[in-house]
Amino acid sequence: MEYKTLTEIKEAIHSKKLSSCEITKYYLEKIKKYNNKINAFITILENQALDKAKKIDDEIVKGNIKNLSGIPIAQKDIFCTKGIKTTCGSKMLENFISPYDATVIEKLENAGTIMLGKTNMDEFAMGSSNETSHFGDVKNPWNTNYVPGGSSGGSAACVAAGMSPCSTGTDTGGSIRQPASLTGICGIKPTYGRVSRYGMIAFASSLDQAGVFTRTAEDCAMLLNEISGYDSKDSTSSNEPVPNYLEECRKKFKPVKIGLPKEFLDGLEDSVRKIFDDAVLILEKSGCRIKEISLKTSKLGVSAYQVVAPAECSSNLSRFDGVRFGHRAKDVSTIDELYKKSRSEGFGNEVKRRILVGTYALSAGYYDAYYIKAQKIRNVISQEFREAFDEVDLIIGPTTPDSAFKIGEKLDDPIAMYLSDVFTVSTNLAGLPAISIPMGLKNELPIGLQIIGNHFDESKILSLSHHYQQITDWHSMMPNMETL
Amino acid sequence: MDKKTILKIANLAKIEIDDSKANEIKTNLEKILNLVDEMNQVDTDNIEPMSHPLNLKQYLRDDEVTENNKRDLFQENNKNTADGYYKVPKIID
Repeated sequence: MEYKTLTEIKEAIHSKKLSSCEITKYYLEKIKKYNNKINAFITILENQALDKAKKIDDEIVKGNIKNLSGIPIAQKDIFCTKGIKTTCGSKMLENFISPYDATVIEKLENAGTIMLGKTNMDEFAMGSSNETSHFGDVKNPWNTNYVPGGSSGGSAACVAAGMSPCSTGTDTGGSIRQPASLTGICGIKPTYGRVSRYGMIAFASSLDQAGVFTRTAEDCAMLLNEISGYDSKDSTSSNEPVPNYLEECRKKFKPVKIGLPKEFLDGLEDSVRKIFDDAVLILEKSGCRIKEISLKTSKLGVSAYQVVAPAECSSNLSRFDGVRFGHRAKDVSTIDELYKKSRSEGFGNEVKRRILVGTYALSAGYYDAYYIKAQKIRNVISQEFREAFDEVDLIIGPTTPDSAFKIGEKLDDPIAMYLSDVFTVSTNLAGLPAISIPMGLKNELPIGLQIIGNHFDESKILSLSHHYQQITDWHSMMPNMETL
Repeated sequence: MDKKTILKIANLAKIEIDDSKANEIKTNLEKILNLVDEMNQVDTDNIEPMSHPLNLKQYLRDDEVTENNKRDLFQENNKNTADGYYKVPKIID
């Protein structure tokens, strides 16, 4: 038996061909078999998952079946899970047991999902390769010498390797879409405020957004239906009505007008360009009109991001002081020493680097030159997107400039690492929704197609993605796990 | 950016910097700031700073108690507590 999509699993559970216990055991076996090679999970919840699966099966017998009853899922270790270790990939929270559930977790648990475990990630979601995790690198299932991308590297790798049919992630500058691209699966970052951030450990609050990884766009829609919506516990969540994304994406496809920013193609490597051109051709053949557009400031997205994100992180991470929770240094004699030693021992190099950059950007005399300037650039980028969406329905481009890079290749070069997010950051700055879906292989490594929509246009994005997946087969590709 | 600035920033951020690593950190921060300086290519004199991606309304809830005191539960994450307090090194003599 080989299960790939949530749609298939849901159908099998609803028609009683498959029990929740059976499907949970199936994925737990896969995790046992592959996790030592991939390192996608920080915590595996075998007993808890089986207990919940049993309860769900009992409910199903009684006729109580919910939308996601019995569907296994892996949760990024950035989401607080009541009574379960929540590390955020950091030594700082190595032993932290969350006293409450994040809203995303609560909603998915209530919808009947089975939590298989908590996934590995870059420390505090700061990284693009999953190499900054305190719990070791995650390996790309397509080739274990390569990174899976980050920061949601474990969530992406576990779905790509077939250890879970879906997972959650968070995206501050590309942390869902970039790993989805590099591991050959679907990953959607909804509009800022579409999904509650309550209980999601904060990195850069004005950019952070939760989303999901699956094999198909249809499955993304199924999960988004459950996690979207206003939450009184997150004052930045939106009360814009939530459409039924699944119904919307299954409706008969209507061709749309698609913008192709020329800046996304400048200097693109030939083989990536060829893969992308093929994808564009398929969309054109479906009746979509492709229009070249310009997002000329988007290339400065990384620069603005490298001010806004560190500034917000330096503020958010000030809560880790060794006093109330998290790592606490031993043998200190003053309160200042307690703060400094706890933070210096608890945080890794990349986190410290960003805290320092952020502190500098916010310090007296530099605030206007850096933080205010970055916020102005952010406005210019948003304005360019607004103007583009006056003319087109959706915008496309490659999700990443290239396929996965080798483990270690960019670790000592922060700038090279940051530039791997060059196509993804500007949508976070503008708060726009975007998806990455697989569009081909370069040297046996996957690469994704990014589809960006206007605010709250997730349905349009999912509809085009679903259509693309009905006429192509890239989303069915899986790495050969037997030859790892 | 000089070493003194790095040490000042580190103190503000309550992060210890090993003296031998200060130069390496300085080099990395300078590289990042050079990347950031590319923003100056764009004239933004008449542009408003944007702090939030959407013009969302700030919703306010009714001022009612929704959560009970869970101090004991929260303190389970900390061994350095006594009588409901958190223990820290002596602050005042």
